[in-house]
Amino acid sequence: MDWAPIILTFKLALVTTVILLLLSIPLSYWLSISKSRFKPVIETLVSMPLVLPPTVLGFYFLLAFSPGNSFGVWLNEWLGLKLVFSFTGLVLASVIYSLPFMVHPIQSGLESLSTTLSEAAYVMGKTKSQTLFQVLLPNIKPSILTGIVLAFAHTVGEFGVVLMIGGNIPGQTKVASIAIYDEVEAMNYGAANFYSIVLLVITFSILLTVYLVNGGYLKRFWK
Amino acid sequence: MIKLNVSKSLDSVEGKINLRLNLQIEKGQFVTIYGESGAGKTSTLRMLAGLLQPDDGEVYVDNEVWFNKQNNIDRAPQKRKVAYVFQDYALFPHLTVKGNLEFAQTTKDTAYLEELILKMELGELINRKPATLSGGQKQRVALARALAQKPEILLLDEPLAALDIKIRLKLQEYLRQIHQEYNLTTILISHDLGEIIKLSDRVFVLEKGQIIKSGSPTEVFVDQQISGKFKFTGEVTKIEKQEVVYIVTVLIDQNVVKVIAQETEINNLKIGDKVMVASKAFNPLIYKIDE
Repeated sequence: MDWAPIILTFKLALVTTVILLLLSIPLSYWLSISKSRFKPVIETLVSMPLVLPPTVLGFYFLLAFSPGNSFGVWLNEWLGLKLVFSFTGLVLASVIYSLPFMVHPIQSGLESLSTTLSEAAYVMGKTKSQTLFQVLLPNIKPSILTGIVLAFAHTVGEFGVVLMIGGNIPGQTKVASIAIYDEVEAMNYGAANFYSIVLLVITFSILLTVYLVNGGYLKRFWK
Repeated sequence: MIKLNVSKSLDSVEGKINLRLNLQIEKGQFVTIYGESGAGKTSTLRMLAGLLQPDDGEVYVDNEVWFNKQNNIDRAPQKRKVAYVFQDYALFPHLTVKGNLEFAQTTKDTAYLEELILKMELGELINRKPATLSGGQKQRVALARALAQKPEILLLDEPLAALDIKIRLKLQEYLRQIHQEYNLTTILISHDLGEIIKLSDRVFVLEKGQIIKSGSPTEVFVDQQISGKFKFTGEVTKIEKQEVVYIVTVLIDQNVVKVIAQETEINNLKIGDKVMVASKAFNPLIYKIDE
């Protein structure tokens, strides 16, 4: 059996999740405290991937990053980035595609905390970033965990975007979901079944772990 | 000395309120702000702490400018030497009691923390998380945490309102001791007349954003000047007629006291009223207490 698509899938999900975490903490924090009039616009943009068909997103990525237009050429010449049919392009597309799954839990976690917690920290002389990292984030660990897992699982499950901008290059952009489609097209039901079962079992285990941890079952078990 | 001369328009439950304050508080005083909810009490404290920006005016503390609209000065809350005990206590849920106290210290001072822990009787609680504490315990932790900052000004936003009478009395005692021992300027928001009379040097009565009365608690709350030697405040729990006089039962702290009153005196009294019971000292009895 060829494990490459599975390994590629999890590599993509891991890289995407790490980038998303670094990106979403400041973004969610800003959204949770901002009173700016641009906030609704930013919130809409963040949530767009929830409702938009992935193929739409993929289509515009394809247009934007294509070496056939000036932006694509510029990216390639100046930054050496080839974003169409490459792993880097997949990561970028996945980050945008899974953004709401990371931002929403962290944002609502931060919004659920009483504002007096931050105010108490300010009065104690703590800066905004000290307050964020020492007071706010430690109190929303379940939300952060939820965000990490949802973003990871959602990236594992993506298909449309990858199909549009990734293509089907083995070891580069041929992730498990594409491989399944490919094998079914070729009437290789056995191989398709293999990939499907692996994805099913792994995603089930990941989600189960989250619910066990967030529900406090593990803690009770260890005690 | 604190000089606060500010205005702020606030959106409250009963519509817009124009908070217009001009008050001075001497260093070392224990001051209470009294008034109905929505009168602007909490906003006053928040403006002093730098958590709320006034629309106009100025705030001076010991001749330092903390806020001045014209010169665009607004000192950050981090740089004002105040401690704030919030109504919901705002204890950090992820830290233990000890962690909460340590977090509040800008410079580590273990001896001082030990002293606070001892004074506030927190010894048995130091390794517990706030979620496992009772209301009174949380309140003590919040107070200790505020003191851990070594503030010059202590702001208390109705810290005792949610507690039952027994714990409240004990904490009032703590507040009084702490205020004196650490030489603080304390500003308390309170609804409880007994508490105010017991604790404060000065009261500001706030109504719809304006200070309508200020002075010592007895000046503000008691119409007649009584030169009584014993003064207690309590709550009327019962009024009954007996023969020609009335017997008014008053709950003072935890003691029930019966006071004889004339019909004219009880005319404007009803159950639940806060009253002051005063007596001249010509007939008290004295007993030695054996320890």
